Amino acid sequence: MKKLIDFRSFSLGLWKENPIFYIMLGLCPTLAVSATLKDALGMGIAFVFVLTGSNITVSLVRKLVPSHVRIPVFIVILASFVTLADYSLAAFSPQLHRNLGVYLPLMVVNCILLGRAEAFASKNNVINSTLDGLGMGLGFTLAIVIIAFLRELPGQGTLFGVNVLGKNYTPFLIMIMPPGAFFVIGFLIALKNSMDRRVKKKC
Amino acid sequence: MLNELNLGFIFISAFIVNNIVLIRFLGLCSFIGMSTDMKASTGMGMAVTFVTVMACAISWMVYNYLLAPFHLEYLRTTTFILTIASFVQFEEIMIRKFAPVLYRAFGIYLPLITTNCIILAAAFLGIDYKLSFLQNLVYALGISAGYCAGIILIASIRERMDSAPIPAGFKGIPIAFILTGLMSLAFLGFKGLFKL
Repeated sequence: MKKLIDFRSFSLGLWKENPIFYIMLGLCPTLAVSATLKDALGMGIAFVFVLTGSNITVSLVRKLVPSHVRIPVFIVILASFVTLADYSLAAFSPQLHRNLGVYLPLMVVNCILLGRAEAFASKNNVINSTLDGLGMGLGFTLAIVIIAFLRELPGQGTLFGVNVLGKNYTPFLIMIMPPGAFFVIGFLIALKNSMDRRVKKKC
Repeated sequence: MLNELNLGFIFISAFIVNNIVLIRFLGLCSFIGMSTDMKASTGMGMAVTFVTVMACAISWMVYNYLLAPFHLEYLRTTTFILTIASFVQFEEIMIRKFAPVLYRAFGIYLPLITTNCIILAAAFLGIDYKLSFLQNLVYALGISAGYCAGIILIASIRERMDSAPIPAGFKGIPIAFILTGLMSLAFLGFKGLFKL
């Protein structure tokens, strides 16, 4: 039985079970909106909001929902939060909303969201589910920001739109175009794989 | 704008210029997961084509005849996902009944079609671009053709990858992503074909 407040449910998502690098779920938005740090951070914040909100709600209703209709119920909860995020962003930051485009409503089919609702929030109390949502959400944000950093810096020579590599830098344009995203994620996973192998050899 | 172009252009745009996997990054889970062998990829491509075209037609009608007249556009996300989920369920039952071999080959990926972003994305994009019903169908067809082409191409490359000397860390998924990147690079070349 889990404790009432278990801070491990927060920290696990951040690194050890990071949704992107560890389970490799929900890669589409990570690649699609990681061309610039601004978009990536916006996506991350929207993601934390939706994941925490849906985790809290699922956890609140977990004892009321019969198990054989739970998936449709979870999906409707998710969709409501995604719609909320979509319309709030359109109202408060139209530019970001335009940049995120179709990937924002598409969060509803992101495997991480449904995965956490099913695997964690439907079995744990509200506090732990909130922590899990925050942890996993921030883990996702961390991953997408790392990818965006690796793409924006060589691709435009900027960070958050601010020039850091100087005027004479010739941008490595391919990094902010679609292929760059695939290369970055490929190399990151390869790096993680070889690190894991090295750790295994030592054991 | 897309909705002023003729059907052929819409098809080419969805198929090649804005390839759903390689340029728009959608449907990557199944694209990477299923492309280890040719047969599964072909089956997956066919399933996605069928579901995408049907789901697009249904959600177009739901949006234009049900949501838009009553100004319920904000319910779009919820209604679409439910429509598509129930439709996939129906398709799953049909395939299990009429093609059990294919059903076994799909394994976990057929139910996962529900959360395959391509289908929902195709429905959303068709609405966003304000396409007519026929244009919408052609657009959905183009998107799924792009997915099929992508997954079949990468499956044929990955089958040869098995015997290639790849660094240990890159085996499996990482090399698949690098390959996808290279294919994406090739498809990027079509960008100048016409302006969207």
